[in-house]
Amino acid sequence: MSDTYYDPKDLKNFKKITDWSEPLGTRFFEYYSKVFEEGALSAREKSLIALAVSHVVKCPYCIDAYTKDGLQRGITEEEMMEAVHAGAAIESGATLVHAVQMMNKHKKLSH
Amino acid sequence: MAKSSLQRSKHLLADPKQQLQVLSSGLFSSGALPTFSDRLKGLNAELKTDRLEILQVNLGYMCNQTCVHCHVDAGPDRKEIMSSETIDKVIDAIIRFRPNTLDLTGGAPEMNPEFQRLVRAAVSLSVKDIIVRSNLTILESNNHYKGYPRFFKENGIHVVSSLPHYSMRTTDRQRGEGVFSKSITALKRLNELGYGRDKHLKLDLVYNPSGAFLPGSEKELEADFKRKLKADFDIDFNQLFCITNLPISRFLDYLLASENYEEYMETLVEAFNPSTLSRLMCRNTLSVGYDGSLYACDFNQMLQIPISGDKRYLDDLDTNEYSNRKINVHQHCYGCAAGSGSSCQGSIS
Repeated sequence: MSDTYYDPKDLKNFKKITDWSEPLGTRFFEYYSKVFEEGALSAREKSLIALAVSHVVKCPYCIDAYTKDGLQRGITEEEMMEAVHAGAAIESGATLVHAVQMMNKHKKLSH
Repeated sequence: MAKSSLQRSKHLLADPKQQLQVLSSGLFSSGALPTFSDRLKGLNAELKTDRLEILQVNLGYMCNQTCVHCHVDAGPDRKEIMSSETIDKVIDAIIRFRPNTLDLTGGAPEMNPEFQRLVRAAVSLSVKDIIVRSNLTILESNNHYKGYPRFFKENGIHVVSSLPHYSMRTTDRQRGEGVFSKSITALKRLNELGYGRDKHLKLDLVYNPSGAFLPGSEKELEADFKRKLKADFDIDFNQLFCITNLPISRFLDYLLASENYEEYMETLVEAFNPSTLSRLMCRNTLSVGYDGSLYACDFNQMLQIPISGDKRYLDDLDTNEYSNRKINVHQHCYGCAAGSGSSCQGSIS
C-alpha cells in the first residue's frame, strides 16, 4: 500500500475497475477510446484538449498520460503550454465571473 | 547534444559487454519482464533470415555531430573508419550478393574518403536503391561537403536524413545547437536540386523521439512534418520514417541517468507486437561493420553481437550462406517489435 494518495503505478491498473463492475467499466472504456478517435476534431486536437482538462481537474494520472501522448504525437512544448493556459484561463474566469454575484449581493444588502 | 562520445569520456557503457549486462539484469534477471528470447519461445517463433535485400554498410563512427541519443556513440572524436581494402570487399560483396539496396550509414558516411568511390562502384553495378543516411549538417560544414548534394543527384542516390522535429528547440536539444538551422539550409539546397520534388530524387526524413517515449503514428507525424516544413520553410520531402530509440549506447545512458530505464523497458515489452516478427529488418539485411565484420543489424553491430555461424567477415560469407540463418537477439530487439514495429525504413506495419 502506498504512503501517498497518488501512486503512478495505479494508472497501469486503471482497467481493473472493470473487476468490480464489468458492464459499466467496459462501456466506459469503449466510450473513452471512441471519444479520442479521429472525428470532426483530429486526435491531435483532442489530445491537447485532454491535456488542458487534465490540469483543470488536477488529475496527475491524466497529466502524465497526456504529456506522453502529446510527445508521441510530436506536439510542441509551446502548444502544450498554450493548451494548459487555455484551461487555466477558463478556470480562473469561472472563479472571477462569480464576482458579479458578489457585487450584486453587495449592492442588494448595502445602502 | 552530448559533450563527447562515451568512449572518449571512458564511460562504462562504452563497452558493449556492459550494455548487455544492463540489458540482462534487473527487470529481466528477476523475471519481472520476459527476455526477448523467452518471448519468442513462448510463441514457438524463431527469427531466421530470408533473402538478402539490403546490404547496410557502416562506413565509420566518425561524425561532425555528437547527438544525445546516438546508438553508434559516433562523434568527431571517433576514429574508426572503413579502410580502402574493406571498401573493395564491400564492392566484391555487391557483385556476389546482388542486393537491391545499398544502405550507407555511419557516423557521417560522407566523412569516409572512399565514400564517392563506393557509390560510383554501386552505380556501375546497377544497385537499384543506393541510400545515404546523411545528418544534413555535414553538407553545410565546408566547401568540400557542400558539393555532395550535386554528387548525390548525379548518381541518383536516395537521401535519408535525420530531422527529429520540425521545431528548432526539440531538434537542437537532441542534435546540438545550430543543427536545425543548418539542416533546413541543407534541405532547401536538396529541394533546389530536385530532391523531394522530382520523382527520381527521393528525400526521406527520419524522426526519432526526443526522449523516453515511443513514436506516435507515422502517418500522422508525416502529415504534420509536411504541413509545418512547407508552411515555415517551403521544404518538400517524400516520406517520414519513424524509428524507435533502442536502449543501447548513449540512449541507454540517457535512460539510466534520467531514471527512465525501467519504465521504458516496460513500455517496450508491453507494446510487443508479434505480427512485426515476419517483417523485421534483420530478416533481409546484412549489416557490415567498418572492419568488414557482419551483424544482423546496425544495433547488433554496436552491441558486438555477431551473426550466427562461424563466418564473421564479409569476405568469408558465401552467397548461399545468408538465408535461413538464426538471428541472434537480445532485449534491445523489443524496440523493433514494439507497436507498429520499427526499422531503418521506419514503421513496418
